[in-house]
Amino acid sequence: MKYPSQQVAKPYFIAALALFVGQIVFGLIAGLQYLHGTFLFPELPFDVAHMSHTNLLIVWLLMAFMGAAYFIVPEEAQTELYSPRLALVTFWVFLIAAALTIVAYLFVPYAQLAAITGNAALPTMGRGYLEQPLPTKIGIVLVALSLLFNVTMTLIKGRKTSINLILVGSLWGLALLFLPAFYFPHDTVKASFGWWWIVHGWVEGDWELILGALLGFILIKMTGVDREIVEKWLYIIVAMTLISGIIGIGHHYYYTGAPSYWIWLGSIFSALEPIPFILLIVFSFKMLMQRRREHPNKAAMLWALGTPVMAFLGAGLWGFMITLAPAQYYIHGTNFTAAHGHLAFFGAYAMVSLAIISYAMPLLRGRTANSAAAQRWEMAGFWIMVFSMIGITLALTGAGIVTVFLQRAADDPMGFMQAQDKARVFFWVREFAGVAFFIGLLVYLRSFFIAGEYEYADEMKQALAA
Amino acid sequence: MQQVFTKAMARNIFLGGAVFFLAIYLLLSYDTWQRIPERDHADKMTPAVLRGKYLLDTNDCIGCHTINGEGAYFAPELGNVYKRRGPEFIKAWIQSQPSGVPGRRQMPNFHFTGNQLDDLVAYLQWLSNIDTNNWPPNIQG
Ligand code: HEM
Ligand code: HEM
Ligand SMILES: [Fe+2]
Repeated sequence: MKYPSQQVAKPYFIAALALFVGQIVFGLIAGLQYLHGTFLFPELPFDVAHMSHTNLLIVWLLMAFMGAAYFIVPEEAQTELYSPRLALVTFWVFLIAAALTIVAYLFVPYAQLAAITGNAALPTMGRGYLEQPLPTKIGIVLVALSLLFNVTMTLIKGRKTSINLILVGSLWGLALLFLPAFYFPHDTVKASFGWWWIVHGWVEGDWELILGALLGFILIKMTGVDREIVEKWLYIIVAMTLISGIIGIGHHYYYTGAPSYWIWLGSIFSALEPIPFILLIVFSFKMLMQRRREHPNKAAMLWALGTPVMAFLGAGLWGFMITLAPAQYYIHGTNFTAAHGHLAFFGAYAMVSLAIISYAMPLLRGRTANSAAAQRWEMAGFWIMVFSMIGITLALTGAGIVTVFLQRAADDPMGFMQAQDKARVFFWVREFAGVAFFIGLLVYLRSFFIAGEYEYADEMKQALAA
Repeated sequence: MQQVFTKAMARNIFLGGAVFFLAIYLLLSYDTWQRIPERDHADKMTPAVLRGKYLLDTNDCIGCHTINGEGAYFAPELGNVYKRRGPEFIKAWIQSQPSGVPGRRQMPNFHFTGNQLDDLVAYLQWLSNIDTNNWPPNIQG
């Protein structure tokens, strides 16, 4: 860490991890309700667990991205953050707004929440991931404006590297793409069409730029590879993201009321969407091979290399399986989609967040890297979470396939609930893998409580002895 | 290659590609926007349909169900439920929730009035007539 103002990233990272724990708790509750429908009912209906789970996911990822921005932008710009005070105030506003929103979900019936927050005047509630009441949505915009002001001013007064330009540019994109959340047309088909500007626009467009910038930054720092090479790769990767992903949004327009030409456009362009993920893998491992130094933070390197691999599996491979129109005809809106959603969100955005946290947190705590013992805990957490998430993905894929063959593509199709009953075993596997994931998360968090920093001497001795 | 293909060229492909495909997307969206009202019979969106839609939104129905495959996968598809079950069944169903059957997935009771139930059904009927390119594959959704 080179600039004291980077320190504001720390509360963002800590809060991100705390909210991550909350996300998983609600996931486990929702997963159990799949199997035992009366669990916590009527106090906590499934939809409340579900929206708490997905909204906490979005909020903790945004927390992590913001922390990453406050950490990276000053270092890349080679100047102090424009206003650390503003960043800190913004942090508390965001955290309190997020916490209040979840509390409101839990204790106020949704219709009543809509009534008391002015939803009738400007309807925005009742869409996936965007369930937040109007005041929260306005709060998100204010927080984003504060972040954008702060990092843009920092960028203007400092060095303008490509990583910083991509990062700050994609944060602007993130905020702009949120604005359609305030536009909820009466026409359901139009509403769905525009909802994907946000959801697809984020995960298969703008956020991939953020992912690229974070990964590029970490790899430059850890491998010492020449910046020019890294940045050239980054531009090619994000170019492929947008070339495939913008028209690729058509894979959400096949069966939701939009004109039929999207069947062709969506299938062709979205089939290209795995390319940037493949390039990301090639890029990361090439940088590893060409490294000019051995960074002592092995755990951060593990996250940085795991991210492109898992992102490819979740987004590239699982996304591809459901993206061609004839396949999606049967798969659309089944747990196969949820399988893809889980592995993609985790592999790409959760993991890149954990990667930057892994790289930055030791520095923020005044050391280059954590002790070998702490890193062992962290890496154990990595493996447990990665394999559990693969378990969750395979289980949900199984459940989706049951629906496809019994309910969708059968001669004598079964009803929804009956088909769900046949998939019970897969929902059990998902729940057990979920518990394992939670254990992995706790193991990971344990690593933060192991004191001390990395001891070069030990490592050197071992190297000499070998 | 190192010299031939520079970072500036990569950046230009990125910027050019983004602008080009964004422009195409905007044109296509404009066209789609013009065609949607015909495909979903927007002229049949009566005040009752709009009131029903508002009830679905503000009770977070898609927090458990899907509409045209979008939402959550905990409960059945609503896009074609009007055709699958018919208006009377739907009203009786909503009023009789939660079932309370031990272990079975539960749907809350939303305490709708008779008029609200009529509005809901009007919206579900409107939904069931959208041209979704023949999706879902069968009536079970
Ligand atoms: C990291 C990047 C990605 C993330 C985080 C992600 C996440 C998601 C999520 C959460 C959904 C479900 C949305 C809902 O709630 O309805 C979804 C749907 C979908 N995704 Fe992705 N995705 C990513 C990349 C991709 C890629 C690269 C492809 C194609 C190759 C793809 C293809 C699809 C398709 C076709 C659907 C719709 C499935 C259906 O109709 O049910 N995704 N994605
Ligand atoms: C203990 C682990 C987890 C469990 C048991 C769990 C459970 C669930 C359940 C039951 C749903 C609702 C599915 C439905 O709509 O019916 C869900 C949705 C979702 N979860 Fe998780 N989850 C877990 C971890 C995660 C993680 C780590 C992520 C991402 C980093 C994640 C991202 C999502 C997303 C994006 C959705 C919406 C998917 C869609 O609508 O297609 N979950 N989860
Ligand atoms: Fe998409």
